[in-house]
This record gives sequence, C-alpha cells and structure tokens, in this order.
Amino acid sequence: MKWQQRNTSRTAPSEPLWKEEFSVRTADERYVTRRQLTKFLVLTSFGMFVGNLWILLRSMFSKTPSYPQQTVARLGEIPVGGVKLFTYPTRDDHCILVRTSENEHVSYSQKCTHLSCAVYYSRMDNRLECPCHKGFFSIADGSVLQGPPSRPLPKIILESRGGELVAVDIKTS
Amino acid sequence: MFGYEFYIDPSRCIGCRSCLQACEECETHRGNSMINFDFIERRESITSAAYVCWHCDEPTCAQVCPADAIKKDEDGIVHSSLKPRCIACSNCVLACPFGIPKMMEPEQQMMKCDMCYDRTSVGKRPMCATVCPSQALAYVRPEEIARRREKPTNIFYFGQQKITTKVFIMAPAQRDAIALDVVDYMWEEQHEMAATEHQQNSA
Repeated sequence: MKWQQRNTSRTAPSEPLWKEEFSVRTADERYVTRRQLTKFLVLTSFGMFVGNLWILLRSMFSKTPSYPQQTVARLGEIPVGGVKLFTYPTRDDHCILVRTSENEHVSYSQKCTHLSCAVYYSRMDNRLECPCHKGFFSIADGSVLQGPPSRPLPKIILESRGGELVAVDIKTS
Repeated sequence: MFGYEFYIDPSRCIGCRSCLQACEECETHRGNSMINFDFIERRESITSAAYVCWHCDEPTCAQVCPADAIKKDEDGIVHSSLKPRCIACSNCVLACPFGIPKMMEPEQQMMKCDMCYDRTSVGKRPMCATVCPSQALAYVRPEEIARRREKPTNIFYFGQQKITTKVFIMAPAQRDAIALDVVDYMWEEQHEMAATEHQQNSA
C-alpha cells in the first residue's frame, strides 16, 4: 500500500528512523486514509464476531466435566477448627479442608479467585483469608465477604463413606 | 508561492509598527501580533527592525518539538503548532535561532508567523507586506527586488549552524550570507566599555 512505502527521497539513510516516521514535512507524513481505517474496523469486528461464535459453539457442545472420587481424610483425623491441605482433582489443584464443628467438614479450592494466591483458614474470625490483597471468604459457602475477589471460591463436595471423607465434585457458581 | 517571495530589509524599517497592527487584525490570532519587532541599540538610536518568520528549510523549531506539533507544508511554510498536539513546552521558543515562536500563555499553545497562509495560499500578499510604507517587508517577484541596491540572501550562519530559509534578507551586495555568532553579543556592555576605553586612549 502506498502509505506503507518509505519515502526516502528527502531523508538520507543515515537519519534515524523517528525522523523519517515523524517528519516535520507535511508531505512526508504517512496518513491512514478513511477507507483504510474503515477496512480495518470492518475486518477487526468480523474477526471478533467469528471468535465469539467459536466460543459460543464450543460452550454449546462441551460436556459438563466429571470429577474423580478421591479420599481426602479420615473422620476424626483433624480436630475441630483444624485444617488439612490436599490436591483435587489433579495434583496442581490445591484445596483446603476445614473441620468447622464436630460433625461438619467443608472444603474449598485454595486458589483465591482474585489473583490465585493461596487462601488460609482464620480460626479467630472463622473465615478464609487471602493474605495478598485481604480478600475474605465465608466459611459457610465460600462467598466473598470483602476485598477484591469477585467470585466465590469453588466448593469441593464431600461425602462421608465408612469413616472416610471422599471428594466427589466441584461446585462453581 | 505564485512567483512571489518575501524579502526583509531592516535598513528600510522606519519603526511605524503598521505591520504589527495589520498582523493583529488577522482572525486566526486577533489581538496578538506575530511580527517580531526590535529596536537595535535602543540607547543610541531609533533604528528598528521588524521581521517575520524566516521559514527555514530545516526548521529547528519543528525538529525539537517533542509532540510533532510543528509542520512545514508543501509550500515551505512552517505553521503554528497544531492545537491538539502542542503541549506548550516552549522547546521551540528556546531553540529557534531567530527567536520567532511565541508562547501564547492563555491558549497554552505556540503560535508564530505563518506568512498569512490564508492569504498567500490564494495569491494575496501577507498583511504586513501590504501595509509596510517603506517596503522593509516586501512580498514581490524576484525581478522586482533585483532593482534594489542590496542583494537578497537566505543563508545564515549561527556559529557552526548553517540555516537556509524561505524568506530572504536584503544584505550588502558583496555579502553572500549573514554570519552571526551569538556569543559575540552576549557581553555587549563589556564590549562597549572596552570600545570607550580604546577611544579615550587614542584621544
């Protein structure tokens, strides 16, 4: 295209590139014409449309993921108010298990939904806290109590089977 | 443009300031004159000099502009800074060897003589040249100016810097260029003292 061609007639090759690109002469300026801008806008929006269509189609045909069953702890292994860290469903997904009362265990993904710092359990305030930006999550359902996170923590669904706690599913909302 | 060139002859200037008044009439900068008007040796004489922008071939003001706001167009006119781009940093004001650009503080924009581009681009003469009674500022054809005793030149030396311009200055006939070393004029007072001493000694 014409506007992309370098006009080297006036400036010597020893001149720095910025002098050529930001010439003091109006005639040497490389303008983008209205037609080129329109073309760029149309093609870019078409690309965005196709990309969104692709995401839509992929989500329509995707199956709901199934998670494996994994024994995470024995009942009575951890005291009331104690925690146990484990990984589920893969070795890279760190989770936290909290025994909130005698018969109640809750488990959440340990990854803060803001910037993926590891959350920990604060027994004093009975909540999950992210130390990076002071994001606090409710221990009851993982919802955000304060701070920058916008989504609640993914909850690990636990089942009690024959004296063992088994992780069976992850619930994200 | 249209076969006309701008010629400045400070020796013809009578200090009437008509050019300043005419320039102020312009609608693009009403009330602000873009003419540079100086008295030479104010203490000793009433000699004055009015001059416009010289429209350099390689405009220093545009080269130092960090915002790319000063442009030289196809007709060789260096325009005032582009309003959306000018950041009012005064780089051009400090850099111009002729002291032409003016920082308009209320507008926060550099403005300078654009040789009345609205007029000259359609074949009319600039405001200042139309009113100058002694034709110290003349916008005429080269053959008309050749009748004068002085010779037009557009080459200036500021120390090491050589500047060629669109506007011509009327120089003595034997001179091809105007050479100035600004440093020479920085200690003017001391020079004068030395000259007075020299006169006293010789007398």
